Amino acid sequence: MINEKLVYLALAILGLAGPFIFPDYTMQIAVLWVMVLMASTWDIMGGQMGYNSLGNITFFGVGMYISAAIQVSMFYDLGLYTASYGAIKPVFTETQYYTGFIMGVIAAGLGCVVLAVLLGLTMFGLRGPYFAIGTLGVAVAAREIAGTIEVIGAGAGIAMPFLPLPIEYRSLFYCMIFFALAALAHFVIRWMFAQQFGLAANAIRDDEDKAEAMGIPTLKYKLVGWSVAAFFMGCTGAVFGNMVGYIEPLEVAFPVATFGIFMVAMSLLGGKGTLWGPVLGAILFHIVKETTWTYLLGLQWVVLGLILIVNIVYFQQGIMGWLQTKYPEKFGISVDPSLTNQKEEA
Amino acid sequence: MLDNLQLLFVFAPVMNVQMILDGIFIGAVFALAAYGLALVWGVMNVKNLAQGDFVIMGGYLAFSLFNMGVGPIAALPIVAAVMFGFGWICYLLIIKRVIDNDMFVSLLATFGLSLFLQQVMNLIYGPEVQTIDSKFPILTMFDSFVTVPMAKVVSLLLAAGFAAIIIIFMKKSRTGQAIRATAQDARAARVLGINTDRIYAFTFSLNAAICGVAGVLVSIIWVLQPFYGIVYSLRTFAIVTAAGLGNLPAVIGVSFALGWVEQYAGIIMGAEWQIAAAVMVLIGVLVWRQIQLRRQRQVVR
Repeated sequence: MINEKLVYLALAILGLAGPFIFPDYTMQIAVLWVMVLMASTWDIMGGQMGYNSLGNITFFGVGMYISAAIQVSMFYDLGLYTASYGAIKPVFTETQYYTGFIMGVIAAGLGCVVLAVLLGLTMFGLRGPYFAIGTLGVAVAAREIAGTIEVIGAGAGIAMPFLPLPIEYRSLFYCMIFFALAALAHFVIRWMFAQQFGLAANAIRDDEDKAEAMGIPTLKYKLVGWSVAAFFMGCTGAVFGNMVGYIEPLEVAFPVATFGIFMVAMSLLGGKGTLWGPVLGAILFHIVKETTWTYLLGLQWVVLGLILIVNIVYFQQGIMGWLQTKYPEKFGISVDPSLTNQKEEA
Repeated sequence: MLDNLQLLFVFAPVMNVQMILDGIFIGAVFALAAYGLALVWGVMNVKNLAQGDFVIMGGYLAFSLFNMGVGPIAALPIVAAVMFGFGWICYLLIIKRVIDNDMFVSLLATFGLSLFLQQVMNLIYGPEVQTIDSKFPILTMFDSFVTVPMAKVVSLLLAAGFAAIIIIFMKKSRTGQAIRATAQDARAARVLGINTDRIYAFTFSLNAAICGVAGVLVSIIWVLQPFYGIVYSLRTFAIVTAAGLGNLPAVIGVSFALGWVEQYAGIIMGAEWQIAAAVMVLIGVLVWRQIQLRRQRQVVR
């Protein structure tokens, strides 16, 4: 068995001490935790339950907008604030900022849960590719609609209040928050899949009709899984909006074609349907992404698209999947040799 | 919004003629792309999310040719041929490997292809919106309330002509027969000596060529932008999901309907709602299909 304690120790050191050891990379480490959050929460529905969503980014953007609206409107008139396009910078006191921030993040999470339940009720009759296309449609629709609502700045966007900390501590603050969120999400997912939920989720993935026939309330499980993913995506979006400092629908709030697809790619790269796969995938993907960014500037998106294609076409099982088939005994999996030649049914 | 409704139905009802004509012109382009998708979906069960990017790519090829002095109509066969070749390469490199796999894999692989194409086009042509000024005359009717650019009429005729050629090809030629046989039962077709691998490659390339032609028409009548592809993909999915596979009259009808919905949404609720309306149609179609199937205790799969 691979010693999980060592992995946790290494990640804790990276999360808690990393920003102090590599102060120049604090922002990168913060984004790394965002990626880990995205991949792990995508995997709840995508990997474990077989509902491959291309639209989880919706919750990211909606959470971002909810928290922005709440943070501003608690103390100022939101319409006037956005109409000024950041020209008027109202001063938020420290207490105002932090209460707004905390309320905003919590409201973003809860608002996204409500949205997830509503979306789930309309979308869970779709299976396989239809679900993927439907959720992709939802994300694009959310992007377009956010661009028409005047009170949150429409296409021009909304400037966020500044974190009242000296500039060198700002990214550290966000880095720590994202680390805490990622750790929380990881342990929640770990706990969830140690319960009956995990078995039910995998049963739904393998054959939903049979699962239903066995008396598993599939819709309930799907709603719970989708809501948990939405909650964490919403909170992440809320904090991310604060970190970026400026929200607009196309590139920041609903980046359907970048983060929206990266979260799927990361889960696939690491191995979907495993606890550690998405985490590993996110870390690797982030490293590759940042290296291409540094050394192949201008071509970075092309390279990322290529990596995505190569990953999906030639390496579908992902790193964890490959390791598990190669060294099953290390993962505590016993393999029945009569089953190994069977092809997995789609 | 009320003002716009008033304008449309009280003050200047002739504007409806404009809307309906524009809906048909743009719907013809959607119909071509949707037919291509229905072909690939029906024959090889691949859901191509790069469909819209093929369209935009065809448009940009026409744009490049136009800058070299080749008119859009002369560019049409060239673009179709180039896109056919490109489709074949895509098939060999990507589609062939995912064809037997889980459907989501093919979806995701083509989505990766779509991202790749977007970014390459963005690098080459830049993110600005481009148009071709094809210098066709513009007709006006009803005291210039309704303008009909000849470019749009020409594009409609070209689309109709191209569609007719494709349909006759599918019905009459040996390859067309082989494609239809493969769609019906790939295994039986293989037994009877059809090289299904080649048929798949041909179908995918044909789809790319159809998209390329649609793209040329887009470049004549509308605008090109590297990131508009995804919306075309979603539109074609909406059309095919609503119309069903292999139902050509329905595909054409739904395409025109989608064109009208977009035109009316654009004028009634504002231009920024145009894309939103197209995507809402997709979601609406999916929800409607679910409700339809739920009566029979089934799901959309």
